[in-house]
Amino acid sequence: MPHDHPDHAGISASGHPFRPDNDTPLTYWQRMEVAVRELLIEKGVTTPAEIAAQIDAMDARTPANGARVVARAWTDPAFKARLLADGSAACREMDFDIGALNLVAVENTDDVHNLIVCTLCSCYPRNLLGLPPDWYKTREYRSRAVREPRAVLREFGVELPAQTRVRVHDSTADMRYIVIPARPPGTEGMDSTSLAALVTRDSMIGTGLPRCP
Amino acid sequence: MTDTDGRRWHDMGGQTAGPVPLDEHDHALWEKRVDALMVLCSGKGLFTVDGLRRALEDMGEDAFERHSYYERWIAAVNQNLVEAGVYTLAELGARMHEVAARGETYAQVNDG
Repeated sequence: MPHDHPDHAGISASGHPFRPDNDTPLTYWQRMEVAVRELLIEKGVTTPAEIAAQIDAMDARTPANGARVVARAWTDPAFKARLLADGSAACREMDFDIGALNLVAVENTDDVHNLIVCTLCSCYPRNLLGLPPDWYKTREYRSRAVREPRAVLREFGVELPAQTRVRVHDSTADMRYIVIPARPPGTEGMDSTSLAALVTRDSMIGTGLPRCP
Repeated sequence: MTDTDGRRWHDMGGQTAGPVPLDEHDHALWEKRVDALMVLCSGKGLFTVDGLRRALEDMGEDAFERHSYYERWIAAVNQNLVEAGVYTLAELGARMHEVAARGETYAQVNDG
């Protein structure tokens, strides 16, 4: 079947719906990506298999990884102490490949709520949690998180008591943060798998709180 | 904005801005490829994250407002690769022209 299908009405020649991203004319930047990739392969810099493996590796990094780290910190005080002392080493202990980045874990308590941002760009604990959400990279979040964190948190539906101290951590390429949210009440006796299911991505950025059971 | 005097455009911490847009999207395959190319090329020592940042910051505020995140990234990756001598700008231009000549969609450029 030739690859020309001008009148597909949303269905490909093989009878499958087209992925929208693949069905529209390539933009200038998408053509650049194809060209750069082909040149890198032709020059022997990389291979299609290596690119595919890297995409798979990034896809496998999800907030569920961070949730496992948090749940362990909630249930294993010695691990939590190691995590707070050296976030990178503690995550490697759990076999997470977090690369060279310096990961700093900051703990929410009854008195302190932590929030992470990268005001300069988009630095994020991507090797643990995967790629950052779109809003993390916006002008609005980057600008305001350090200026009026409580107002920003309210937009995420988080209202903190007035006496809670808010600490905002500005990430850099070499130093990235993860929030260990406070363990929700009513979770005594839960195992770490059940606890991990309560830990949301946003609760590890500080823009959310963990679910309650 | 008097409190941002002396700072470059990307140094936006503390500025005033509107509500945080909470929309999210799943990354398209081409965006994941751009990310993968950045990670692979920096891992091979062709350039560093600082090199990526420099190119992104030098694009200026207009590019930040007009182009998407991974559009800016592929431009920055490309700039660093040209500077590293991996290929020339002429090679890139010729290849982009060739890709365009194959067709308009990923199916037509035979690219999955």
